Amino acid sequence: MEYSVLILLLPFLSFIALGLLGTKLKPVVAGSIGTAVLGICALLAYATAATYFSMPRMDGVREAITLFTVEWLRFTDTLSIELGILLDPISVMMLVVITTVSLMVHIYSLGYMHGERGFQRYYSFLSLFTFSMLGLVVATNIFQMYIFWELVGVSSYLLIGFYYTKPEAVAASKKAFIVTRFADLGFLIGILILSYYTNTFSFDVLNAGDASLFSKAAGTTFMGCSVMSWAMALIFMGGAGKSAMFPLHIWLPDAMEGPTPVSALIHAATMVVAGVYLVARLFPVYSMETPEVLVLIAVVGAFTALYAAVVACVQTDIKRVLAFSTISQIGFMMVSLGVSGMGGHEGLGYMASMFHLFTHAMFKALLFLCAGAIIHAVHSNEMSHMGGLRKYMPVTHVTFLIACLAIAGIPPFSGFFSKDEILAATFEFSPVLGVVMSFIAGLTAFYMFRLYYNIFWGEESRHEHTPHEAPKSMTMPLVFLAAVTVVAGFIPFGHFVSSDGTAYTIHLNWAVAGASVVVAVVAIAIATALYRKKSPVPDRMAAAMPGLHHAAFRRFYMDELYLFITKRIIFNCVSRPIAWFDRHVIDGFFNGLAYLSQRASYAVRVIQSGQVQQYAYVILLGTVVIAALVLWLL
Amino acid sequence: MGYANFLYMKEELSLVAVIVILLLYDIFGSQKSLRYFQPVACVLLLVHTLVNLLPSGEAVAFGGMYHNTPIGNIVKSILSFGTLLVFMQAGNWLQSEKIIIRRGEFYVVTLSTLLGMYFMISAGHFLMYFIGIELASIPTATLVAYDKYRNKSAEAAAKYILSAVFASGLSLYGLSLIYGTTGSLYFTDVPAKLDGSPIQLMAFAFFFVGLGFKLSLVPFHQWTPDTYEGAPTSVTAYLSVISKGSAAFVLMALLFKVFAPLVKEWQAILYGIIILTITLANIFAIRQQNIKRFFAYSSISQAGYIMLGVIGGNALGMTGLVYYVLVYMLSNLAAFGVISIVEHRSGKVTIDDYNGLYATNPRLSVVMMLALFSLAGIPPFAGFFSKFFIFAAAAEQGFYVLVFIALLNTIISLYYYLRIVKAMFINKSDAPIAGFTSDAYTRVSLLVCSLGILLLGIASCVYENIGRFSFGM
Repeated sequence: MEYSVLILLLPFLSFIALGLLGTKLKPVVAGSIGTAVLGICALLAYATAATYFSMPRMDGVREAITLFTVEWLRFTDTLSIELGILLDPISVMMLVVITTVSLMVHIYSLGYMHGERGFQRYYSFLSLFTFSMLGLVVATNIFQMYIFWELVGVSSYLLIGFYYTKPEAVAASKKAFIVTRFADLGFLIGILILSYYTNTFSFDVLNAGDASLFSKAAGTTFMGCSVMSWAMALIFMGGAGKSAMFPLHIWLPDAMEGPTPVSALIHAATMVVAGVYLVARLFPVYSMETPEVLVLIAVVGAFTALYAAVVACVQTDIKRVLAFSTISQIGFMMVSLGVSGMGGHEGLGYMASMFHLFTHAMFKALLFLCAGAIIHAVHSNEMSHMGGLRKYMPVTHVTFLIACLAIAGIPPFSGFFSKDEILAATFEFSPVLGVVMSFIAGLTAFYMFRLYYNIFWGEESRHEHTPHEAPKSMTMPLVFLAAVTVVAGFIPFGHFVSSDGTAYTIHLNWAVAGASVVVAVVAIAIATALYRKKSPVPDRMAAAMPGLHHAAFRRFYMDELYLFITKRIIFNCVSRPIAWFDRHVIDGFFNGLAYLSQRASYAVRVIQSGQVQQYAYVILLGTVVIAALVLWLL
Repeated sequence: MGYANFLYMKEELSLVAVIVILLLYDIFGSQKSLRYFQPVACVLLLVHTLVNLLPSGEAVAFGGMYHNTPIGNIVKSILSFGTLLVFMQAGNWLQSEKIIIRRGEFYVVTLSTLLGMYFMISAGHFLMYFIGIELASIPTATLVAYDKYRNKSAEAAAKYILSAVFASGLSLYGLSLIYGTTGSLYFTDVPAKLDGSPIQLMAFAFFFVGLGFKLSLVPFHQWTPDTYEGAPTSVTAYLSVISKGSAAFVLMALLFKVFAPLVKEWQAILYGIIILTITLANIFAIRQQNIKRFFAYSSISQAGYIMLGVIGGNALGMTGLVYYVLVYMLSNLAAFGVISIVEHRSGKVTIDDYNGLYATNPRLSVVMMLALFSLAGIPPFAGFFSKFFIFAAAAEQGFYVLVFIALLNTIISLYYYLRIVKAMFINKSDAPIAGFTSDAYTRVSLLVCSLGILLLGIASCVYENIGRFSFGM
């Protein structure tokens, strides 16, 4: 499986080539190169997955394979950073997800971005992102993961700000970068604490289940919690930033300023699940050493899921709805990890989370790509500019509907299976949490169908020119992803991925499954009644609860709160004094140094007279002075 | 006396062979064949350099007069490589009128001074050392006076030789006192007899002048700007790099090996001299208009930095010093290569003349910029790493205040180095230096220097290999 190295290498080379050659290439050529490279990568990833999953298990457990590793930076004899490639069930699954979605986005962008300025730059950034994301998932140690984590952040920044002439895009890219960077600060501190106490970065060693490794960290307490808990909670903070968990979610809705295929790739399918992946990667440590942090993760996940679902119900920008839906769904995955245990049936949540990650990546990418096709047709993000599009865009309509059914949890679409497993795991952990999550699942079905009806049904708004179906390059990926969404639920996922690597056979919990389907159907029915035709009820409901509606529409004032904290408190109380210190003390010192040097250089001119006699005197005098000083002073 | 002793001196012998061949070629070669003097000299020196890259162990010959060390061999290789670069850049100037008939002498005389430096480096006895330093000094005066029809050149040579003779005299006086109090001039015998009596301290202070002069440390530096300005540019390059590098290494070796018992005293002397040298040179450099004078002050201040590697007295400092000399050599020769070709093609030597150079000669400007960035110690260029190692060596021995002052001076130096960069890239000029193409030799030498500046810092093997042979006190 040595060829797996190429999966990483090819996108990087493609990035370098497209980045350097840039505008010297014709747009079509650049796009074809990028797409072809990704195609090869996807094939290699499938081959890797096939080989890996067909290897015999060792004692019933799927082994983690370290393909190669080189020492990169050595701190001490015991602590060094390595770079390598780790293949285990979740990293192989992620390879498949990333290359598949990325390939679809590459193909789709050929049509979507056609004629855009900076087409070559776009493809080189896409390659960079794909490379970074792949590097992140195959990292053999937490520090390598951190490096790629940051690279992913940078490429996300570059792609959100792709339309750099648009002030909103620039602001959004900055916001995304700063918020996730802030979260990564916690991540880095967590890594440092963990490695300080355990003397290792390696996932292999950390996940080996050796409790003595952590005894030093678990035995030390800081502010009432063990250092171990702090470290793992801080690491989760990094994950929460990238995965847009409340209250670090504020960057994701704004990130929709980027090109829509980018939203599908980065902000729906791959990068935003990096946080989930991180928790899953360190799951044995979380589960065995710091179960209290897992509870924290579950609570944060559940609250985020609820919050985002409520906000999604009232947004009018279709990409924003999808963004909040993404946040909510990632909340589901986090909850599922949070309630999970290790091994066997206990590990159901872990398996369900990864399963949902997989299915969600497919149908959410599909939703975004559909949204892209719609925006492409009507040149607007606003629901009010749409309506009745099903006649004009049949392929988009059908694929969008499939994705909606999947996310709503209607059998036999993939979302039903993965979400059902999550709900089952949640109910086993705590029935209250289970009810809450079922309610959120209902909300999901409601807002997705609200979106669906507003776009494809309802009253036709007047269009400047008749909307038309997207070109082949755009509809092909839609059809492919829709097909995956239809069949993915039947994958015996537990045989591939489970918490301890043993085979786990999924049994549908019919009580939970039945209840959740009923909830989804009811929610869809309500949405149908309210939005299928133009109806005054939604407006009246909004008018009846003006406070709640407005608050939800403004995303419960989270952005305003952030602005208040940063602009009023941090800028005034921290930044201003520091700026003053910088301007007057630090700059003052250097200005003084410059002034002094200038004056001194005037003053000393006379020493250099040009007369060689004087030079000799100075030499002699210098020698005598040196001799005298040494003799009398020492 | 066994003739086998000569076998230990393979560097010196092969250099003598090169000198003799070139001398005979110069005398007996036909006018037509003399056209190939530059390539012949370069190839011979290259062969000499490559032959001496072969490792050779530590050896003592001629009853302790001659002492060969692996680190000394590395320094010799660096110096002969630098001389090779100087030869490549000198071709243009040697083609000019009035000089062309004497071009062969330039190579022979330069290599003689290099031979003197070899003897200095491998000396095991003060007499040997003194012969070496004189062999390195006296021919240099003839080099400085090479343009003898140009008044400035003659004046520079006069100032150089007078200052040199004066410094040598003082140094010799110091040596005689050392001999008087210790009864020996062997490097191996002297340390045991050094007890720090007043007369020995005075002897050391006088002895120090000789190398202080070669390194142009303050207060023995005043000849430097005049000589650098007046001498032919290739000679200035040679003086600022090769002569200085050898003196720095020899000073360090002597302080470590011979004057180790006086460590407290020489550290105190160096402490003051480093601060004075770096600061004063920087302050003078700010106002210079002539680019060669400017580089004279720059090289004085660089010598002060080099001394930072000496003051700690540790192996790290020795590695740092040799590495610094290598990097400094490449950076300075890159700068002088540009100055030399610009002067030859346009006759212009003031900083204002460089206004707008980027527009007409972009490649030369970039090379110059690399050199200046490296001299100023901006990462990721090699100069940053060399400064870093030197500072680390001094800080390791607790000289924090000194390192801090040196750092402040780095900031000042940044100002005046960037002045030239600004002139080339930002300033506009009504009459910029016209665009021209350089000859192949200059181009190759500039390319080598630029690659060195870019890669030396990143290729850690260079530093590590020097480090393997270094020793401290």
